[in-house]
Amino acid sequence: MAFDLETATAPEGLRRVAIDPVSRVEGHGKVTILLDDQHRVHQVRLHIVEFRGFEKFIEGRPYWEVPVMVQRLCGICPVSHHLAASKAMDRVLGAHPVTPSAEKIRRLMHYGQILQSHALHFFHLSSPDLLFGFDSEVQRRNIVGVIEKHPDIAKKGVMLRKFGQEVIRVTAGKRVHGTGSVPGGMNKHVSREDRELLLRDIGQTIEWAQDAVGIARQLHQSNAALYDGFGSFRSNMLSLVRRDGAMDLYDGVLRARDAAGKVLLDGASDQSYLDLIEEEVRPWTYMKFPHLKSLGRDVGWYRVGPLARVQNCDFIPTPRAEAQRQDFLAWGKGTPVHATLAYHWARMIEALHAAEVIEQLLADPDILAGELMSTGARRGEGVGIIEAPRGTLIHHYRVGADDLVTMCNLVVSTTHNNQAMNEAVRSVARQYLDGHEITEGLLNRIEVAIRAYDPCLSCATHALGRMPLDVSVLGPDGELLDHVLKSHDGTLVHA
Amino acid sequence: MTAPLLVFGWGNASRGDDALGPLFVEHLRGRLGASAEGRVDFLDDYQLQVEHALDLVGRERVLFVDASLSCAAPFEAARIEPQRDRTFTTHAMSPAAVLQVYGQLQAGEPPACTLLAIRGERFVLGEPPGAAALRHLDAALGWALDWVR
Repeated sequence: MAFDLETATAPEGLRRVAIDPVSRVEGHGKVTILLDDQHRVHQVRLHIVEFRGFEKFIEGRPYWEVPVMVQRLCGICPVSHHLAASKAMDRVLGAHPVTPSAEKIRRLMHYGQILQSHALHFFHLSSPDLLFGFDSEVQRRNIVGVIEKHPDIAKKGVMLRKFGQEVIRVTAGKRVHGTGSVPGGMNKHVSREDRELLLRDIGQTIEWAQDAVGIARQLHQSNAALYDGFGSFRSNMLSLVRRDGAMDLYDGVLRARDAAGKVLLDGASDQSYLDLIEEEVRPWTYMKFPHLKSLGRDVGWYRVGPLARVQNCDFIPTPRAEAQRQDFLAWGKGTPVHATLAYHWARMIEALHAAEVIEQLLADPDILAGELMSTGARRGEGVGIIEAPRGTLIHHYRVGADDLVTMCNLVVSTTHNNQAMNEAVRSVARQYLDGHEITEGLLNRIEVAIRAYDPCLSCATHALGRMPLDVSVLGPDGELLDHVLKSHDGTLVHA
Repeated sequence: MTAPLLVFGWGNASRGDDALGPLFVEHLRGRLGASAEGRVDFLDDYQLQVEHALDLVGRERVLFVDASLSCAAPFEAARIEPQRDRTFTTHAMSPAAVLQVYGQLQAGEPPACTLLAIRGERFVLGEPPGAAALRHLDAALGWALDWVR
């Protein structure tokens, strides 16, 4: 069964519009739209060139290098890879579980990363999106009024991010590409001085994170018709949860729910992910399409990340975030919230949870002292799954008797969300592009849908000189009909 | 005491010519030696992010340094002004956007900032910088020695 708007029945004779956001040499993010002469949409595809050389890059390397090496692809989200690889190698070495001190310091690192990544997204990306495209004067006044009540929102966002970066620094050793986590545990404790430094600011951090949830919620609720409808579709949801059903972003068992919230699978060991998840290849994109094996490719795809996690769990084990989660669930009136823009609200609930967890861990003496390394009987293969800021991240390795990696498989959050992002973009195209002339504002709505997922496009290169948007409209015979360049500052130039 | 000048290069040292920014910082620091003490601070990172706006506080002049695919060889240097990014991912931020964040945080104008774009050609994971890129780097360093005076 084909997905609606994935493949035009008669692509010849249709106009092609390509939205080509670029931040890497490989040109890794692109949306193509096929239109007929009446501007009706026949096909919408989100092509993401995920860097797949990663697995080959790792093969043949000693296992102890992997938690450091896997971070080298990306300067934005390295901690997730650092910890997922460490967890997998714990299994390879038979060193699972790690010691209480090692796990708590790793958790502190991870929640520091969650906090800083979510704060960055809200401050830097969400706030412009949450102000766009309002036709009603009343709505515009409400939104502007909300923002005007929080003039220091920018400063709070940066300070939240800076605090999260400091948590990473004291646990991993560096803000970016740290080396604190190793196969079998950690190589350092948190020092008393560093803990005191963080304790000084954690109270304020929690208050700011609470404020951010409030703002996200108000923005969503004050323009409900837009926020609930934009780019929306129903889907299954997947994440880790703790064995008792609590939200746990560091470790747990796999759980999936269907679009109505009914549990599809639960309590599944992370080591058994290959029994549960299959990846499909399609010819028009380098990124695969994971889905639940038991349901098949047509209905087995799912969403990961904040929207899934906040609803997949039974409760959040920190009080303020759980109270906010209850408000979020109440918005759905007994059914799961599927709105794409609700990702922003859910993301801030997770940021608040992260701040509360950090406070708890800073008070735990195990982060200052205690055994840091575990040992055990070597197994040669291991899987590490973690809930990265963007969603479920899977690292899977085999290691030979000579200590060299023989196999590496990585399923990143953005891959899990591949079908979901395509559906979001198609939903926007149906709603805003179908039958309309192509304008920059309409194309921007496509980007808004993608932004809500904050996709990780395995970056770490960002060369200047590439336009963020390069849109070409080609006629059926390939003739260039229009060519528009949009720069970082939003300037539109017809080339 | 914050040094009046900041030289900030960014890029991924594991990706060919993307290393130009961090390499520039390393080489300039070496060439200036003790003469930079108290006068010039150096910073390098993989990506530009919002918190880097805080590194601009208290500066008189800032030099941003990065590899570029489209600038003229060997390099181009130009003053930059604050401007908001409208990208789709948090994985990239322009120096102009960092300046815009500065304005939001400090409620004032950022220091005078120059973007030094050094021509690069290949950005392949695992490759060292190419010979042409290294020649461009050398030329840029010569220019920068005047900038820091």
